[in-house]
Parts: sequence; C-alpha cells; structure tokens
Amino acid sequence: MDIKELVLQKLKENFPDINFETIDYLDELTVKFPKESVVKVCDFLKSDTALEFLFCEDVTAIDWAKRKDRFTVVYHIYSFKNNFRLRLKADVDESDCSIDSVTSVWKGANWQERETYDMYGIKFNNHSDLRRMYMPEDFEYHPLRKDFPLMGIPGSIPLPKK
Amino acid sequence: MDTELKDIHPKIIQALLDKETDITVEDALENEMILNMGPQHPATHGVLRLVLRLDGETVIACVPELGYLHRGYEKLAENMSYYEFIPHTDRLDYISPMANNVGWVLAVEKLAGIEAPPRAQYIRMMIAELARITSHLVAIGAFAMDVGALTVFLWTLREREKVLDIWDILCGARFTNSYARIGGVANDAQPEALAKVKWFIDQFEENLAECEKLLNTNRIFIERVDGVGAISKEEAIDLGFTGPNIRASGLAYDLRRAQPYLKYSEIDFDIPVYTEGDCLARYFVRLDEMRESTKIVRQVLDKMPQGEVLLNQPKKVLPHKTEVYSKMEELIHDFMIVNFGINPPAGEIYHAIEGSKGELGFYLVSKGEGHPWKCKIRSPSFNNIQVLPKILVGHMISDVVAIIGSIDPIMGEADK
Amino acid sequence: MGLESLLKQDGYFTTKVDALVAWARKSSVWPMPMGISCCAIEMMAVGDPKYDIARFGSEVMRFTPRQCDLMIVAGTVTYKMAPVVKKIYDQMPDPKWVIAMGACTASGGIYRTYSVVQGIDQFLPVDCYLAGCPPRPDNLLNALIMIQDKIGRTKASDFKNAKSPELELTSSN
Repeated sequence: MDIKELVLQKLKENFPDINFETIDYLDELTVKFPKESVVKVCDFLKSDTALEFLFCEDVTAIDWAKRKDRFTVVYHIYSFKNNFRLRLKADVDESDCSIDSVTSVWKGANWQERETYDMYGIKFNNHSDLRRMYMPEDFEYHPLRKDFPLMGIPGSIPLPKK
Repeated sequence: MDTELKDIHPKIIQALLDKETDITVEDALENEMILNMGPQHPATHGVLRLVLRLDGETVIACVPELGYLHRGYEKLAENMSYYEFIPHTDRLDYISPMANNVGWVLAVEKLAGIEAPPRAQYIRMMIAELARITSHLVAIGAFAMDVGALTVFLWTLREREKVLDIWDILCGARFTNSYARIGGVANDAQPEALAKVKWFIDQFEENLAECEKLLNTNRIFIERVDGVGAISKEEAIDLGFTGPNIRASGLAYDLRRAQPYLKYSEIDFDIPVYTEGDCLARYFVRLDEMRESTKIVRQVLDKMPQGEVLLNQPKKVLPHKTEVYSKMEELIHDFMIVNFGINPPAGEIYHAIEGSKGELGFYLVSKGEGHPWKCKIRSPSFNNIQVLPKILVGHMISDVVAIIGSIDPIMGEADK
Repeated sequence: MGLESLLKQDGYFTTKVDALVAWARKSSVWPMPMGISCCAIEMMAVGDPKYDIARFGSEVMRFTPRQCDLMIVAGTVTYKMAPVVKKIYDQMPDPKWVIAMGACTASGGIYRTYSVVQGIDQFLPVDCYLAGCPPRPDNLLNALIMIQDKIGRTKASDFKNAKSPELELTSSN
C-alpha cells in the first residue's frame, strides 16, 4: 500500500487514544498530535521495522502570535528505507512553554532543540545541556518571537569601547 | 590560564566538565587543561570556537560554540518578500553561492505552484554543479593547507578563478551572484559563456590529476589523515550528518537520486561511496564527486534545449524589463509583485537540495502574504559540526585541525 | 640597471630619515586577515596566483597579530564577535592600520538586524573603507595601494611616543 496510508494506519493502530490530525498538502504529509505524547510517537516511528524513521532532519518552531497555542514545534524526519519524509507537529502554549526533548530518540536533535530554545524560548525537558546556541549566554530575549523588533533592543549586547 | 577562563562562560565550562567520557589515556598525565581554539584561528574555517579539555595533547572533551556570525537570516526573511531574499541566500554557503540561490528559488516555486521552463532548469543544473566543483576545490585546498601541503591550495584556487570568470560572463558578478530567479534565471546563458564552460570542463580533469599527484602518494599526507576521525554509519545517521561526509561512511544518500529535483532524473551519474568514514575517505569522496560533476555538466551541455529562460506568468514571475517598459499589463504586474510580493497560497513546504556540504533545506510557512510567515534554513554545516564532540575524543590536537578540515564547515551557513 | 647605474663612483645617498622609514614601512605591509565571512574568500583570492598580493610587499598573511601592521576586517562583525576583533586589534603593535573591507564592516551592509554591528568604526579606528559586497580582489589591491600612499606620507616622529595599549589582563602571580 501507499507509504502515507501505511504510516497513518500504523500510528492509529499503536496509539488509539491519541487524536491525530493529518494534512496532506502538495504531496507532503503532516501529522499533528498533543505535545505530551511526542517521545512515545517518535520512539515508535524510529524503532518500527517497516517504517524506520532513522534520520531527524530538522526541529524548529513557529510563532503564530495568537493568545492560545502560541507556538507549534515542528519536526521533519526521514526514512531511508521508504524514501519518505514526514512532518510532525505539536502545539505549545505560552503559559507552559515546554515540551519533552527527543534527544533520547535521535541524538541529532540536540543542537536543533538548543537553537529552538534560543530563538523562541521553548524549554525542552530532559535535554542534557540546554544552553543558548547563537546569542550570548546573558542575552535576555528570544529573537525570533514576533514581539522582538528586527533591529533589536539597543543596549542588549554591550560593545567594546573605541 | 586565568584570562582564558574568564572569557569562557561558566555554562560552557560546566558542559565541558560534565561530558561523560569513556576514554582512557595510556600514561595519563593527571594534568588536565582547558584550551580555547578561539573564534579567530587560521585553521577553524571561519569563526568557530572550540573549547577543548585536554590531557596533555589528547582531547578528552570538546564543546563547540557557534553564534559569532549569527546575522539574523530567519528574522530578515519574515520581513522581506521572496524576491528580496534571493541575494541573502547567496551569503549562506558563501563558497558556492549559486547552489543556495537555486535551493531557495526551488522552494518558493514549490510553494507558489509554478515550474521553470526546461532551458532554465538545465542552466540551473549546470551552475549548481559548477558551484559544487568550486566548493570542493576550496575544501580540498584548505584541507591540504591545514595539514601542511601549501601548494595544493594555490593550484585549486587557480582552477576556481576560471569558474569565477565563467560566472562573470554569465551574470556579471564573480561571486555572490543572485542569478536564479523565481520562475527561471535572470538572463539567458550567452554562447560565449557556454563555450567557456566546455573549455573549462575539457581541461579540468588533467589539472585535477596534477593536484592529486601531489597528495595521493604523499606519505606525510596519508599518515596524517588515514584512520583519523573515523565515524561509523549508524552514529553518523543518528547525529544528522549529510553530504559527502556521510557518503564517506558508507551510506549512499544523495538527494539528487533520492528525491530528484530539476532534471537530475534524466542525467546519468554515479554516487561515490566509501566505507571507512575517516578523513581520507572524505577527501576521496570529494575528489570523485568533482569528476562526477564534470560528467553531469558535459551531459547538460549536450542536452540543453533552446527556449526562454523565464516563465511567462505575470502574477508570480517578474516580467522582463523590456516588456515592463513597453506594455501596460506587465507594468502593473511588476508594480504589484515588487511592492506586495508574489502571495503564494497559505500552506507550508519543506524542500531540500543536495548542496555541496550536504542537505540544504528550506522550510517555508506562508499565510498568503507577500513575505513568508516563517522561514527555517536547514543548513548542512550546522548539523555537520554537531558531530565534532563525538569524533574528536581521543585524538591529538594536531588531528583536530585535520578533522575540521575534512568535515568542511562553513560558518556563514552554520550560524545563519 | 637599478640604483647602481646612477652611482658613478663611491657615491652617497642622501634622503630624509622620514622618507626612508616610510618607504620601508609601506613596501612591506604584512596584513593580518581577520577573515570572518564572505569577504574572506575574496581576500583568499587576492593571495592566489591571479591577483597576487605578494608583489605589493604583503608576502605573508600572518595569522598572529603580533607580527602584522595592517588588519583587514573582512566579513560581517556581530555583537558577539566585536570584543574578539577589538582584542586582536589591541594586540597588534604600533604603528597599525585598519582596512574595513566590504559593506558589512562599513555600515552593517545588507544586514539591518539585531545582531550585526552597523559599522565597525563604532569601536575601531578605520583608515580605509572598501565598497562592494564582496569587493573584487582588484578593489582590495586598490585599498592596499591607498594605505601604502597613506603610510608613505607619515613621519617617523608620529609614532615616537606610542604607548602600548592597556590590555585587560589579570596579573599572573
């Protein structure tokens, strides 16, 4: 059967209590689920012998700038066996700005999650070393949030004297 | 020692000391030192900072620190239209700027639902492969220079200058060209440029063989590089390694074959794969890839069809300047596109191409406006550097330089 | 040919000390490449056989600041990188000059964002600005010649009392 149907069928079989939302746009499959089950689902997708999503390409987040469910964490994973790319999404609310880390499943997600933390301020639980990635350690803001101005806040990073 | 530690943030030192390490050093000196291979260093290929924990000369742990070239690309992309971002993509992997342009333009075309005409696709393939050749030339030259063979660098740069001359004729700029456009390429390839490409390809293989002769049987080079920095296939996949680096570890994953874009499915080429996974294997993969690229360019030159190079769809593609000045419709569309953007339908896509360092991907989220709501650049060098803390453990400091050279990171891309 | 043909017999060569010292300084300017991003690639191209910089006297590009007199800042300087650039500039001995290569160093370039310093003259004294993104290697050679002219006009007495700058060092006991 078609790989997309296989993925959806296996997910529904193994996680009957999770409500998956699927979107198929421009030949790309997106699966959305609540953030509590992210590690279970990712672990299943990696270890299942028919699917084998061994490769984590990208972890990032989107800031929708609305009150409820402000952020969405997005994962792109790839399976060499089936030559298929899947997108996973999980909503994160601003009041509880944290999600479980998938570094126990894919080690390559380590730095990607640190970058997402630096840019958006989403904390990843059980991450071994959650530091900022690009901005200096004592920078107080998260640049890619929609309320941070493009030109920055003057004086937020000190400059050496002439 | 005191000044060094004052510059390193305590969180980094904590991460360094916390690193679990299972290496045992014979004749351990019981004398650990924290060394800062700072952002300004001749051999770190840009502004990469490595904080190393050493026992004598053996590396026990390593923490790379990025961010010294973070220019805010993703926030810039949210504030400018898809067309205006094309010159910015040049500066991502600044050794092969043409390939980044092609990647961005393909992603936007997928989102907008248009496709460039065939001649433009063949021209894009040609310039992407030439970009790959220049990038590998610099990679091999810098790698050899770091290891100590200085002449190779000058010879590979001489070859690279010939390609830069070709680009000068083709689009007017040697470097950071912004040649690709949404819907095609900026201008047609002149017969002079195509003749020069043919001349370059014909004389390239001999010159490459000359550079190879300096290195392949050079005992110092081989002993410095053979067996150093080995990484197995499973670890490499888990850590997100892509590009020539993972093809040197045994996995034949090339996006031009796995998910063909442009017209790669019609071109016949091989993918070189080696299994050792050490620095020497990565060097050989790059050499072989350059030869495969010359094969591809030869076939592209033979197969290139005649035709137009810019799609004729005024709502999404900027019309040609001569038409803008003479016809009314085109003038209106030019005004709308420049001021309001191309307004692709709301949705999101992820499109990746095989850049010269690995998988270069663009994740675009559109809300129907002229500028993207979110743009994420999945840069290969960022994920390639992530492997360093794993590879460097147990090697000497002089090997650190060789390993970084063989992984070939470009900080403009890693720091975005 | 050369100077010897002008000397008829045991001749003397008279000049001002200033001219001699300035001529020696400007004919062997050793650059310190602060190569940060894309402009660094054009700076590497200046060293290659086509646009040879060695024929202008800059035979070696030493990567240690203690042995150089010209710092070519090539690439975008971010707020995180600025203290590093300043530290290296402080380590260069007097007399020293700075070329700001490219648009990013002159005024922030195409990056008007939160992390890019809009012009390095906010924390470094610059002697020559180069336009271009990136400037062609010929342009960099032009800047080098301008710096050489500038050095040729200096007097030896300009640098007599140059103090070594205070580095922020903790005293080693």
